[in-house]
Amino acid sequence: MDKIQALIVDDSSVMRKIVERSLRQAGIELEKVVEASNGAEALSALHNNLVDLILCDINMPVMDGLEFVREVAKLESAKHIPIVMITTEGSESHVVQALTAGARGYIRKPFTPDQVKEHVLPVLGKKP
Amino acid sequence: MSTDTSFITRSHEENWLPVLELAVEEVFEIMVGCRVKPVAQSEHKPNGEFTAMIGLAGALCGILTVCCDAKTAGQIARKMLGDTATSADEVGDALGEICNMIAGNFKNKLAGTDERCMLSVPTVISGEEYSLHSMTDGNSVETIVLFEDIPVAVRLELQS
Repeated sequence: MDKIQALIVDDSSVMRKIVERSLRQAGIELEKVVEASNGAEALSALHNNLVDLILCDINMPVMDGLEFVREVAKLESAKHIPIVMITTEGSESHVVQALTAGARGYIRKPFTPDQVKEHVLPVLGKKP
Repeated sequence: MSTDTSFITRSHEENWLPVLELAVEEVFEIMVGCRVKPVAQSEHKPNGEFTAMIGLAGALCGILTVCCDAKTAGQIARKMLGDTATSADEVGDALGEICNMIAGNFKNKLAGTDERCMLSVPTVISGEEYSLHSMTDGNSVETIVLFEDIPVAVRLELQS
């Protein structure tokens, strides 16, 4: 698999590190990881970085993950980037809202590296 | 289950303590990489140097706290990050995320509650010289687990 650039959006720096480690454990080679602590920071990051994948929390200050996904869908330059939500919000309505807004995958916290592999590889066009 | 059923009725009818215990066990096993088991509360009183809390609003309204000593909070953070060195900020951050995931995992397990209950972002207090007054009416569910033989308290306080 080619190396990819990933944007990880979570208000917890610990969780951003865990998500990055889980991606590596899933066998995904990361050329670069861009981090953002909320949706607004992530939108700014997208203007300055070309990324292949976005992992995004929902409950965050300033701009939450669902609003971020809706904003990305409006961006010609970014709407093709696959977004996978990683969140404690596990309700069916949250899943539907996220997928309707444009997310391509949904992982509930707590999560295992195998779950990351199972949900992230398909959106990158790879078999888990 | 009707939407206006009180907390006391629901917590007794549905026996929420095992649900909370399971939520705690799963989060520690998956995210910290170690098994924890509930112990008798009378025999284990955690030192509350670190308290993480998260607010719940909607169908469940109240607060969930995770409380432990500073050394244990540091060890939880190290294990979450793969036994790497951790900063003081990361210790609080890690305990806040544990609290967040326990709250989310707990409400995900209660039928009909998850859709109608929202979580706040976590807050973490370090130090013991404080009093916590939540706007609840004293109804609570609490479990104490041993993490590397040190007690960690998880308490859910809700309005009825």
